Amino acid sequence: MLRFVFRRFLQTIPVLIVIVTAAFFLVRFMPGGPFDSEKATTPEIRKNLEHYYGYDLPLYQQYFNYLNRVAHGDLGISMKYLNRTVNEIVVDKLPVSLELGALSLLIALIIGLPLGVAASLRPNTWLDYLASGFAMTGICLPTFVLGPLLVLVFAIYCGWFNASGWFEPSDRLLPSLTLGLHYAAYIARLTRGGMLDVLNQDYIRTAKAKGASTVRVVLKHALRGGVLPVVSFLGPAIAGILTGSFVIETVFQIPGLGREFVNSVSNRDGSLICGLALLYAAFLIFLNLVVDLALAWLNPKLKFE
Amino acid sequence: MVSLSPKNIPAANLSAEQLEQGHSLWHDAWIRLRKNKLAVISAAWLITLFLLCGIGPFFAQPYYEQNLDLAAVSPCAAHWLGTDTLGRDLFARLLYGGRISLTVGLVATFVALTIGVTYGAVSGNAGGKTDAVMMRFVEIVAAMPFTVFVILLMVWFGRDIYLLFLAIGAVEWLTMARIVRGQIMAVKKMEFIEAARSLGLSNTRIIFRHMIPNILGPIIVYTTLTIPSVMLLEAFLSFLGLGVQPPMSSWGSLIKDGAEKMEEFPWLLVAPGAVFSLTLFSLNFLGDGLRDALDVRASKD
Repeated sequence: MLRFVFRRFLQTIPVLIVIVTAAFFLVRFMPGGPFDSEKATTPEIRKNLEHYYGYDLPLYQQYFNYLNRVAHGDLGISMKYLNRTVNEIVVDKLPVSLELGALSLLIALIIGLPLGVAASLRPNTWLDYLASGFAMTGICLPTFVLGPLLVLVFAIYCGWFNASGWFEPSDRLLPSLTLGLHYAAYIARLTRGGMLDVLNQDYIRTAKAKGASTVRVVLKHALRGGVLPVVSFLGPAIAGILTGSFVIETVFQIPGLGREFVNSVSNRDGSLICGLALLYAAFLIFLNLVVDLALAWLNPKLKFE
Repeated sequence: MVSLSPKNIPAANLSAEQLEQGHSLWHDAWIRLRKNKLAVISAAWLITLFLLCGIGPFFAQPYYEQNLDLAAVSPCAAHWLGTDTLGRDLFARLLYGGRISLTVGLVATFVALTIGVTYGAVSGNAGGKTDAVMMRFVEIVAAMPFTVFVILLMVWFGRDIYLLFLAIGAVEWLTMARIVRGQIMAVKKMEFIEAARSLGLSNTRIIFRHMIPNILGPIIVYTTLTIPSVMLLEAFLSFLGLGVQPPMSSWGSLIKDGAEKMEEFPWLLVAPGAVFSLTLFSLNFLGDGLRDALDVRASKD
């Protein structure tokens, strides 16, 4: 087990290096540099700026400097926000995005799992069709359509919520619902499929024959095997929720990291783009590792290879 | 997937061959697909949409024609879906936007298809160390956050729509490569490939003339399912203002414009949102229908 974790950890290092390298060179050579602005800058100011950010060094030296700083956990200085480091911006904005992500995931699980289980217990009934219909709608309705629609109906017409912002507890509901429903749809579909496979197994029939109630059969026997597809989906799902927050934070004007990333691309803020891309990549890789461990724990047949 | 229709049986079995006629794999699949009502409706909607977006703009008024006297007219007889705040006809803009969205969907999928099929076929056919290295590379690329990567690429290619196709296609080929590799591994040991090898055919010829035609089923199914995810990615980028730039519009950027003005003019959001979602629905239903019809049982990832 420890060896597995260690080996997987070692495997992430080349991936991270590839990502840092790609991000660094993509940003370094991007058309339209961070120092281009509407206001004309004199050559002296420009030179000073380039010196400040180390852009006057030879390229390979810049690259190794960057690698070195990243290895020490320093993501550099923002080029757009004066005197702010990327680390400060991350510390400032990340909690908001994490809260949004956690709430969305919670909603996705609370809606998706029971719906999928219910559909699998009554296949080909109206309940099953309802769940499948919900799943298909949730999968095909993009969050950037659903989000504005929810705002239109519940915030503007009904006036129950604020249309945007991130101040009161009630402001959390619409954004996390928008993001959560999309993944609830996938989870419902996967749970249904996984449970249907498991419910046909002999050990479930044995449990039923021994007189176990439906609740006990589901909770005690079937669910552990039935949620396996859901668990392996959680890796990509959390990745999707993290990047999905780009849209949600834009729609609902939430001061999170996703909106910061999108803005950094429009602003050509090289250090911020690079740092955040790296941060997202590291996040995803870490989460994939966690998912792999959870899968192995749930399913003893899977050996740690 | 090997075609089961007998081709070289002796003359004595002629009557049996005649009985078999018209029941090729593709014919069976077509019959099964026709029975799937949702898939047929989806296909009809997609064909209508293609025709409308392809031909419609020749008859509608130009999408960029502004008329401030008619700014933000709600849907009426002259403007079926109303106009936007600059007085541009929304229906015309939807058709033009559809051209862009559908073109991105098709071209980027084609890019992904070409890369994925070639890569997967070469890897699966080579086997051994080459295969291990090539699949390891796919795993590394798959570990990268796609959306972040595409956004990074947009920093470079943002202003050029053709490069947008390439950028999206370049990240969507991984699943296709894995599926094709798996299928090739299955086909590679079959007798007809051995026959082709003993005839001394080159690897390239064996891959493209003998293997790939036999695994077309899964390829078609996953192509159909790749188109909606590509279109979604394009709309996602355009919604964030990183994709198609004005005055051009795709469905994603129309949804973005609509969302900004929905408080006063909700039809600007509802119409493009509905058309886009319906199209995604149709492509997914058609893909599912094709999967059932062709009986493709490979897992998605």
